[in-house]
Amino acid sequence: MALLEVKNLHTHFFTREGVVRAVDGVDFELERGRTLGIVGESGCGKSVTALSIMGLIPKPPAKIVEGQVLFEGRDLTELDEGELEDVRGRHIAMIFQDPMTSLNPTLKIGTQLTETLRRHLGMSKDAARKRAIELLEEVHIPNAAARLDDYPHRYSGGMRQRVMIAGAIACNPKLLIADEPSTALDVTVQARILDLLEELRKAHDMAMILITHDMGVVAEAADEVAVMYAGQLVERAGVQDLFDRPEHPYTEALLGALPHVDEEHVRESRLTTIPGRPPNLVDPPEACRFGPRCPYASLNDSCTQVEPQLRELRKGHWVRSAHPASERAGVPAEVGA
Amino acid sequence: MTKFVVRRLVWTIPVVLLVILLTFTMMKQIGGNPFRQTERAVPASIQRNLERKFGLDKPWYVQYAQYVRNVFTFDLGPSMVLRGRSVNAIVKEQFPRSIQLGGLAMLFALVVGVPLGAVAALKQNSTADYSAMVVSNVGFAVPSFLVATLLIYFVSLKWGLLPTSGWATWRHKILPPIALGLGPMAYFARLARGSMLETLQQDYVRTARAKGLRWRRVVVVHVLRNSLIPVVTAAGPFLGFLITGSFIIETIFAIPGIGRYYVVSVQARDLSVTMGLTVILALIIVVANLIVDILYGLLDPRTREARA
Ligand SMILES: Nc1ncnc2c1ncn2[C@@H]1O[C@H](COP(=O)(O)OP(=O)(O)O)[C@@H](O)[C@H]1O
Ligand SMILES: [Mg+2]
Repeated sequence: MALLEVKNLHTHFFTREGVVRAVDGVDFELERGRTLGIVGESGCGKSVTALSIMGLIPKPPAKIVEGQVLFEGRDLTELDEGELEDVRGRHIAMIFQDPMTSLNPTLKIGTQLTETLRRHLGMSKDAARKRAIELLEEVHIPNAAARLDDYPHRYSGGMRQRVMIAGAIACNPKLLIADEPSTALDVTVQARILDLLEELRKAHDMAMILITHDMGVVAEAADEVAVMYAGQLVERAGVQDLFDRPEHPYTEALLGALPHVDEEHVRESRLTTIPGRPPNLVDPPEACRFGPRCPYASLNDSCTQVEPQLRELRKGHWVRSAHPASERAGVPAEVGA
Repeated sequence: MTKFVVRRLVWTIPVVLLVILLTFTMMKQIGGNPFRQTERAVPASIQRNLERKFGLDKPWYVQYAQYVRNVFTFDLGPSMVLRGRSVNAIVKEQFPRSIQLGGLAMLFALVVGVPLGAVAALKQNSTADYSAMVVSNVGFAVPSFLVATLLIYFVSLKWGLLPTSGWATWRHKILPPIALGLGPMAYFARLARGSMLETLQQDYVRTARAKGLRWRRVVVVHVLRNSLIPVVTAAGPFLGFLITGSFIIETIFAIPGIGRYYVVSVQARDLSVTMGLTVILALIIVVANLIVDILYGLLDPRTREARA
């Protein structure tokens, strides 16, 4: 049994402007100890997917309207708040994009670390404090014992993200969700945070969901990749297979924007080279959501009529498109022909 | 922290000097003189004698200097109108009642207002929230004398539960603080609600939830504490307002507090009483603000360090 199985997840926001279909069809599995990278442009539903797994979507206005989140076979969407509280921080931990605002400014770092330990592991005050020092050492914060009594404003952004990571691994969770953990940081510390995550994932034998909009990060850290577009998962494959033989036109475009993945400048490039913009999630296209931007859409009318389903093209390689690369062999990719 | 408190206490000295100066100038602007009111009809020679006795014939800066000297030796001088009563005696006798009234009103406002706002925020857009905000709106809009009159009419006269007036036993000390504190209570409720709603949106609250902390702990440790900062900030000036603003309530409930003396002394141009009470009030407000700042430092470590 996979550690985590997300099945046909649909999370919508019921707002005055209408129903925002922020997550509208996400399917993936994650085995123990593996890393799944989730990529996609800003606003495509990566964070909402992660928060749906954690049971942390703001209710209201958000609601999981369909689908399952099976963690070790148990459907988290069926749990009540108390049961979810027992899972969060204990079995699934999460770190967020902005370490500057993710720590409570009025509590000492020590308190913010020990409260997790005491809550889930029932540690005594002293034991929790000792463990908190070890955790800070584990995320390479110098002079850990003294820094426990500091408030967050004494820490730099990179250091705060280290504290967030220390708190996340405190109870040895089986799954760590990292939502753009390095995006808000200085370029010089980004790589170090990602390296730290990989180091700890190995040491603690955790599975990880690494959310990013950076294909370079995915190439380095992920075993598997899920590509999201406009609330839907559009392609999923092993990292090698995805980079070697991308199938979805959107993935191709993403990778096309990065001709040489191992070059240094890659990290800074954004996903802006595809003409057009993602659709409005209140009233998305009826059929294929990528249709309006797809260079192959006019070749076949089917995808302008019916919504393509996620299908397994070859073992472990899933795609949601009527025009995957391997099915259009020989067809010249003429844009807007 | 001690350094901070000492520095703040030293700062009260120029504040008090300025308050005295301003009150002095304002009283001079109003004009008049306690001994020259027509109904008292004191002969001109006696008037001049009295003025000499109280130093009113001297230039204003000499009067000012003399008064400042008195204040710093804790002598607020004799009343110019009430024969044989010193301002110190008036303060000693009447002030505790006003402070008690103001303090109880403040307590009522905080103890009822903050939880009301907190519950409203936690149950946003529920019936509880709307009811709390209706109560708050009404409490804010209705003037305190009307509240006092209604309370006396129903609670005291109709139902006979509590006495209508006086300040002798604890039973006398229930209605006046409620009447006086209702407005601030409504204000604190609004403030606490807004502040809570904002704090609930903060990323660190999401972090606290992501750690699996019990909701109760998230609210008490991560939300309430941070939400209280603006409430505490607003509370300081309110204490001064409650103690000075108690005149109407003291009159309605016939409480022998300071408010009555204050108003009467201004009307009678009883300069020494007006001055004395103003100085004491200024001190109270300064101290209240100091307490607020200390609490603020306890709640927010960033400000604490900025002062160190
Ligand atoms: N509180 C909210 N109210 C309405 N819509 C929201 C809210 N939060 C997120 N959304 C919508 O959900 C979509 C997905 O957001 P998100 O998951 O944060 O994107 P990202 O992939 O950048 O993490 C966005 O298009 C956004 O419009
Ligand atoms: Mg996001």
